Formats: sequence, C-alpha cells, structure tokens
Amino acid sequence: MGYVAVKGGTEAIEASLDRLTYDRLKEEEVVEIHTILATMRPLVDQVMSEASLYSPFLAALAIKQAGGSMEEAVFLLRAHRSTLPRHYYSETVDTEDMFVERRVSASFKDIPGGQLLGSTNDYTHRLLDFNLVTESKEENRDWLQKYRKQMNQDCSDEELQFFPKVVDYLRSEGLFETYPLDDTPPKDITKESIQFPTGRSEKLQVLTRGQTGAVTSLGYASLRGYGQVHPTIGEVRVGAVPIHVQHPYEEDSEQDDLFYIGDVKLTEVESFVPVTVKKNNQKEEVEFEIGYGISFGQNETKAIAMSILDQCLENPHAEFPTHDEEFVFLHIDSVESTGFISHLKLPHYVTFQSKLDSARQVKKGGTSNDN
Amino acid sequence: MITKAHFAFFDEGSKKEIRRATLKAVAIPGYQVPFASREMPIARGWGTGGLQLTLSLIGRNDVLKVIDQGADQSVNAVSIKKLVQHTTGVSVTENTEEADIVQSRHRIPEKELREDQILVLQVPNPEPLRKVDAREYMTKRMHAEDDYSGAWLILFEQIMKFGRMSTGAAHPVYVNGRYVMTPSPIPRFDNPKMHQSKALILLGAGREKKIFAVPPYTNVESLAFDDYPFAVESFEGKACKLCGSTEVFLDEIIDPVTGDRSYQCNDTSYCIEQLNSEEKVEVENSYV
Repeated sequence: MGYVAVKGGTEAIEASLDRLTYDRLKEEEVVEIHTILATMRPLVDQVMSEASLYSPFLAALAIKQAGGSMEEAVFLLRAHRSTLPRHYYSETVDTEDMFVERRVSASFKDIPGGQLLGSTNDYTHRLLDFNLVTESKEENRDWLQKYRKQMNQDCSDEELQFFPKVVDYLRSEGLFETYPLDDTPPKDITKESIQFPTGRSEKLQVLTRGQTGAVTSLGYASLRGYGQVHPTIGEVRVGAVPIHVQHPYEEDSEQDDLFYIGDVKLTEVESFVPVTVKKNNQKEEVEFEIGYGISFGQNETKAIAMSILDQCLENPHAEFPTHDEEFVFLHIDSVESTGFISHLKLPHYVTFQSKLDSARQVKKGGTSNDN
Repeated sequence: MITKAHFAFFDEGSKKEIRRATLKAVAIPGYQVPFASREMPIARGWGTGGLQLTLSLIGRNDVLKVIDQGADQSVNAVSIKKLVQHTTGVSVTENTEEADIVQSRHRIPEKELREDQILVLQVPNPEPLRKVDAREYMTKRMHAEDDYSGAWLILFEQIMKFGRMSTGAAHPVYVNGRYVMTPSPIPRFDNPKMHQSKALILLGAGREKKIFAVPPYTNVESLAFDDYPFAVESFEGKACKLCGSTEVFLDEIIDPVTGDRSYQCNDTSYCIEQLNSEEKVEVENSYV
C-alpha cells in the first residue's frame, strides 16, 4: 500500500497537448505543405533565415506544425538542426555569380547593369484586395497564360546578363579602402559559443540568424539617433547562388573539381557609410565604409538593418547600445529571447520563498545575520 | 524525408563535444566552460543546459529522476522526463535513491546523494558577477584575475542598507577556494549540501552557453563575513503538516478559505518516503 505522489503534472500535460491538437484540427481544414511553399514564400524565407537552416520544405512543415506562429516555427527548425550531423563546410560563395532576380541601388541611378526591380511589395498599394476572397484557380490560370506569352515575346532572345557589384565601381575611384582578401576560415558559432570581443565572422553569423523584428528595431534605433550610422544603400540584390563543396579527401581541389550541391536564395546588402578619415597631412577627408547584410531568402528589411548594425559594431561607441556588441548579440536571437521570457511562466515557489524569507528577516530588523 | 530520432536526441559528435566541455569543467571546479549550446526541443530558460548534460551522459541502463522546484510531478519536470524517455527509452523514477542521474531545477534533494550518482542542475544565470558588470568581456576577466571585490561589495552594501545580507536563492559560493560561482538558484538552505558532496554536481546553462561543475569531495563555501555569517532560510518552529519533518526546506501554503498558513516539505519524494516509513512502522507494530 503506501502513499504515492500527487499525480498532477502528467495528466495536466496530456490534457493540454490534446487541447492544442484540438485547436489545430477543430475547423477540419488541412493546409498542405506545397500550399505553404507555393503561396507563403516570404514566411518560409523568414523562418529559414531566423533558424539558420536552408530547407524550404522543412520550414514549411515547421510553419504548418506551428499553426503559422513565427517564433514556434523557428524554434522547431532550430531544434531539428541540432539533430543533424555536420559533414562539410562549403566553399566561399561569390555573390557576383548570383542569378539575380532583383537588384537596386539607392546611391546611383545609372549603375552598370541597371536597376532590376523584380518581384517586390515596395510599389504596391496596401489596400485589402477583396477579389482574393473569391479567387479561382481557373482565373489564375488565364492570367498566368497571358503573362507567360508576354514574357516569351519580350525576352525571347535575351542573353544572360552579368551584374557587377556597385561597390567595385566606387573602389576603382578610390572612394573606398581596398582590403586584401581575408580567407581566414570563419568560426562556426553553432560549434563554439561566441567569445567577446568577437571576430567579424562571428558578428555576421549572429546578425544573420537574428530575429527579424529585433534586428530591424535596433537598426532603426541607430538610424533615429541612438547610433552613429546613417547609410545609403549601395546595392540590394536578391537571387540564387550556387553552393559548392570540396571532395572530403582531396586538399585544394581545382575550381572545376568542386561538387555542386544546390542553390540557396539570398538577399545581400551593401550599405555605404560616410566616415571622416585623417590623412597624413592632418587634413580630414570623407571616405566610405561598407555595412554588410546578408540573409537566407528574400528578407530585405532585415538584411538592410543588419548592414547598419554591422557598421555600428565595427565602430564601438560607448554612448549607444546599438554599438555595444554584447547588448546587440545577446538579445536578438529569437529562440533565446522568447524562451527566457516564456520561462517566467514556470513555477518559482522555492526561489520566491527564499526571497520572502530574506525580506521578512530584513523587516524584523536587527544587525546580525544570525537566525 | 522522414527521419528517426537518434538515441538521446543528439548526434554522437554533439554528445562528445558536450562531454569534453564537462570534463574540462570537472577539471577546473567552479569555472564556467563556454560550450556550443544546441537548440533543444524545449525552450531556452526551461532547462536546456541541464537537458544537454543529461542527454550527453545518459546510457541505456541509467535511471533518471527529474525535479522542478522540489517536485517530481511538476509540469516541466514531467515534460523533460517525457522527452528523455521518448528519445532513449530509459526508465525514470521519483525515488532519489534509485536514480543514476538526478536533473533538478532550483533544489538539491533532501536525501544525501551517493558517489555513484550525478546531480545535474539547470542554471538560468550562470554569472555571479553579472550584477557587478553587464559585460561578459569584463566578468570573464575578473574571474581570471581572481578579482571578486565586486561580489563582496554587493553583500557589504546589503549589510549597510538592511543590517544583514539580503540574498534570496543563488547566494554565491567559493568553489575549491578559487572560483566564485552561482550554485544555480537553489535556496541558501541547499548551499551546504554542495560542500564535500559525495556526488558529482554538474551545472548547465543552455541559453548562456556555459557548463560548470563541483567535483565530489570539493570545498564549497558560501560568501559571508566573520561578523555577518551566512544564514539559511529560517523555518524555526515549523514542521511539515504531512510528515512532520523539521530539518527540510518547507513550502508555505495559504488556506484559501481560512487564510491560515501551513507548511509542507518542498521535496515531494522525501515527504512521501517519510510517510511510507511511518506507515510501515505502524503496520509492523500492529502485528506485535
């Protein structure tokens, strides 16, 4: 016989999980993975970027499982990432080779290769489109047919076009410092925790996997006066880049011997930030530095904000938190911030009792610490 | 694309990495070893540091006990147990004696642990000097330079203000006479249990990416002054209303109807053991 513990937790959890399942199923609708992939690409891109795992299919599955909750989907994908064995590091990607879908510059009207607007919400009017309430696949098919016909007429004999980097053009004018290529292998922040002060490779990794809202807010804060960086966008480009790996047992393969393992879609931003430089003759000159932003998928706001923060953190400035790497890096991760905020829902009976005891003892007064 | 979970969730490479950090932590008692904390299927701040230690250590024949603020049946303890069981198939227990690994949040069991057991503590804030300086770069240096003036100063200021130290849980400790560490937010009542503990104590902070340890038979002293000695929470004149225990950490229970205050063991498994042994004695005596 004997006493047994109060069985509360187990049953309560089971019931809560059932309730969660019920909430997901009760309307008797099923959203298909391919529907999410086909119609919600920005959401898929954002989840991949914050989870730092490039897999549209798994991101869509995470979105489906999370019922569309951004933080939950990122959480699921990050946890899955922890179970994957890591086999290779890819070769460095040269974004000049990007298969560009969209490329704009705010610095120059006439950039070599021209502005290419591509697909963007930037010029839409944000008016609710009530036609979507009754849209049909047939109507959509008609529209697509017309569009494709038009496309074939317009670009039937177009050659592939090469888009040089805007910054190269300014470098040749001497407005930008030219640095030697730095081929130091990056530190993988998912294989060792970051140590302060951080190196540049760590900085860029933390920023690119940051929570979109958090990175955007801090970049915005710098722009508004809580920081020293007010950039002009040299170039935003969006498109697919090929990823190559070396043969695992061959050192220094030739470019032609590399293995192509697929494409990833990226957003890349190069911001131009004016800096004053003292020259040898004590004369001050204005030069430019580059703030760099990059993100999986099409995430332009985040990539631009990242380029601002990159510049902020390259130039520490005690006055502003946006220039303090510990402040920025330790607070922009979605999984860390949402996890710790939500942990406040856990019971704190013991710790509170301990503090209560302390408060009561202090109230009692007395100058000794004896009980 | 359907993947099966690996034993204990992690790939073997990840487990080895975490164990290497753990070995370093054991070799330098009280020193916070940075490690590449993985994202887990439970949220940051919900025990991911402890969970990673447990999953990197657990073997097929081990028995696991998980406690949350003293209770085996608390929802998060149940949730963690479920996850470990789901990925390992090991058996779980509520009986402290039967466990090979005890993962705990904010308590050390009342029953003394043995040399063959490991206590894994979940740590939200591993840095005892965080209140002294918000920057990791600075606090890391203070530890390296054995500069704990800031930690002492905080306690001194409390005495100046309140006439006594006013720490709650997580009262800082000296480990092996060298590193100051947070004992995780255990009540002051539990600090002495760390001193010369027979069991290995491992502390994991998942969100803050640190592992630290108190090896068996190591000195652990709570920071205090000669004229203001360290004091644990006072339960003077109070006893558990269920089993009558007095030398334990008690939960304060307020009766919603009468507003009366009563107390019971915070460590539920200890309380049940007391009740069962009392009952056993009663039964044995009734056959005399």
